[in-house]
Amino acid sequence: MIGARFLDSDLFYNFKRSPVAIGAAIVALILILGAALAPWIAPHQPYDLATLSLNNSLIPPSFSKGGQWTFALGTDDQGRDVLSTILYGSRVSLFVGLASVLLSMAIGVVLGLLSGYVGGRLDALLMRIADVQLSFPAILIALLINGVAQALIPKGSGETSLALGILILSIGLSKWPDYARTIRGQTFVEKNKEYVQAARVIGVPSLKIMWRHVLPNVLGPVMVIGTINVAQAIIAEATLSFLGVGVPPTSPSLGTMIFNGNNFLFSGEWWLVVFPGLALILLCMSVNLLGDWLRDAMNPKLQ
Amino acid sequence: MKIFQINSLGARLALSTVISLGLIVTSAATAPIAMAKTYKFADQGDALSMDPHSLNESLQLSVLGNMYEGLTGLGKNLELAPALATSWTNPTPNVWVFELRKGVTFHDGSPFTADDVVFTFARTQQGSSDMKSYTNDVISVKKLDSHKVEITTKAPFPILPNVVALVYIMNKKWCEENKAEMPVDKRKGVENTASFKANGTGPYRLKSRDPGVRTVLVRNLNYWTKVESNIDEAIFTPIGNDSTRVAALASGEIDMMQPVPVQDVARLAQNANLKMMQGPELRTIFLGMDQSRDELLFSNVKGKNPFKDKRVRQAFYQAIDIESIKTRIMRGASTPTGLMVAPGIRGFNADLNKRIPFDAEAAKKLLADAGYPNGFEVKMNCPNDRYVNDGEICQAVAGMMAKINIKINLEAESKATYFPKILSRNTSFYMLGWTPGTYDSHNALNALMATPAPGGRGQFNLGSFTNAKLDELTSKIASETDQAKRNAMIAEAFKIHADEIGHLPLHQQALAWGMKKNVSLIQRADNFNDLKWTVLK
Repeated sequence: MIGARFLDSDLFYNFKRSPVAIGAAIVALILILGAALAPWIAPHQPYDLATLSLNNSLIPPSFSKGGQWTFALGTDDQGRDVLSTILYGSRVSLFVGLASVLLSMAIGVVLGLLSGYVGGRLDALLMRIADVQLSFPAILIALLINGVAQALIPKGSGETSLALGILILSIGLSKWPDYARTIRGQTFVEKNKEYVQAARVIGVPSLKIMWRHVLPNVLGPVMVIGTINVAQAIIAEATLSFLGVGVPPTSPSLGTMIFNGNNFLFSGEWWLVVFPGLALILLCMSVNLLGDWLRDAMNPKLQ
Repeated sequence: MKIFQINSLGARLALSTVISLGLIVTSAATAPIAMAKTYKFADQGDALSMDPHSLNESLQLSVLGNMYEGLTGLGKNLELAPALATSWTNPTPNVWVFELRKGVTFHDGSPFTADDVVFTFARTQQGSSDMKSYTNDVISVKKLDSHKVEITTKAPFPILPNVVALVYIMNKKWCEENKAEMPVDKRKGVENTASFKANGTGPYRLKSRDPGVRTVLVRNLNYWTKVESNIDEAIFTPIGNDSTRVAALASGEIDMMQPVPVQDVARLAQNANLKMMQGPELRTIFLGMDQSRDELLFSNVKGKNPFKDKRVRQAFYQAIDIESIKTRIMRGASTPTGLMVAPGIRGFNADLNKRIPFDAEAAKKLLADAGYPNGFEVKMNCPNDRYVNDGEICQAVAGMMAKINIKINLEAESKATYFPKILSRNTSFYMLGWTPGTYDSHNALNALMATPAPGGRGQFNLGSFTNAKLDELTSKIASETDQAKRNAMIAEAFKIHADEIGHLPLHQQALAWGMKKNVSLIQRADNFNDLKWTVLK
């Protein structure tokens, strides 16, 4: 059984002995569960505009003066419950983070494998494209793709899902060179090893060699980059939403919440920026710590 | 507790040298600045182009009004004053003769003559011009001699001198040399030299322009008259983020900014180094609906346009809880309105200024009567850096619409992308604010409510509300000289518009400018910030 194999693995043994990893995993798990179960555990439905009332706007958190228990962490200027919005907002953040990492991973792995295995002109072409892209900050590329996509795709109904799609596309497309680079380098090393040459000699087709033989051996580092990139993608989403090109303001993500709260920094409504900010920090930090641990755990030189 | 200690003698010497060098450099750099007065002012958005005919927007015209001038101008209390014309007469009802000011030069040194006036009026009537609604009643502009022009209008046009105040005069030769004969077209994204350079006759020259970042103006030493201002250099910076703008003023980085976010007014007023200027603004904020297409561009209702049904428009109107927007979003700094013009605009009628009451149940019933018992979906376009709390108001409206089962897909964006979109009528439901550039109701009727027609009428009637009687009244109002009759016709037109619910008026926002104590300036009710009256003490 896979479960039993996992519990016996070096990785799990390593995990049990790392308090940081355990702590990070617990925090991440709580946040992920909170996000996943938001529709059932959130006290209010912040994305359902019909339930909002301006009369509930800017209520302070329950523990400060003037707070109410129905709104544990206070409300924003539209009367949205901050706690519920954080739960729903981290759904957006996590979804965009995971989906865009999967997208860039898929593109990066395919192109990296091809580039490394085929080599020659294709390699030169793909890597020059990656070089160009790497010479710009990823967020700039994401903004560019986002702008082009907003202009190209005609908008009709179903705004929110479309906005999410564009976000995933722009963040995903901005990050693929990270994976392609790593995979290409690893593939270069692997393709000259005896097992690949043996497969080639007995006439296994190239695609099958790449998929069945090379890929499993180069996937390790990708997992590490992937984990760390989830946190980066979450921040990228928050940044894009902060810049106002992310999700619509009526269904705020963590980034949009911080952006809105920022306007109230000087006027005393501190809870609008502090709580979503904390949630974002916790989410990214726990995922990052897990990524760091995974990197160390999978590095044989450190064991 | 020692945190920082420098042990070696060499390092100390190096440090002190650096510090003293730094002192010399800073004192050398500050010396000339201390003599030349620099004034830094900020707004939440940028003037999108330096072309005075490319966008009929208050902020852009306000910034450009320091570099360009019209034949007439406005004084501190919005009274009409001579500018590039010294006097004007109305020999026959359809003809106006303007005597032009002699000895005026443009910033590049070329003299101002009648040719420039003829050229400018032709330029504002080009297809790409956004100022067509100011000159659409002008048939011809004729040069009588080098400093006299004759303007002929379609019908008698008594308020022409007021109307031309915002038609900023450009230099014919300069435009031709720079291939800027046509106005910049923001809708199609066509730019030309006039967007980045300016050559006017105004008291300030454009020194440098970095779109979206900063615009630097310097004093025009050859200006034709003396100005009150002692500012030598003025730097205009757009700062979109509310708290960044507040921080910039509080830290002394800028001298003046507007608008002060409503949530920060009280706090900034307590700051000993700052002062606040507040007052009613003439701008009316309203929502518009596409009433001309047979099918809305952005809605799930197919094959018909729900906004053509007055009951739907009224349902939208009655769903809006304007008092909550006032108290919660605007923190009291707004005046709900039932009319499309503010008190203070000629033709405003207090008796007509009544809103249809907020009543969500009545709105639901109206929707059901119109055949939408389960509501429908529509996209709403909204700026988020143009009017006070514009994005927040739209969000609140989306929430109120949700309560009558209307699902709003809100697209709130920067005005740099927002204006090109809605000005090309690429919208179903939108927000706009309007100050009649002539301070007269005719402008609001002609630009916002009359049926769109080639030449400029209805140029900002972006939802194409149409009413033949209102069109007829608008033409008559333009040429009526009897004030009582004119006001009666304006009232009739406004009543038609209100009865038909051509737009959904919301409120007039309050002006809130924040500045350092040493700044003295004139806050005009049209939100124009003229540098020529700004004095630094």
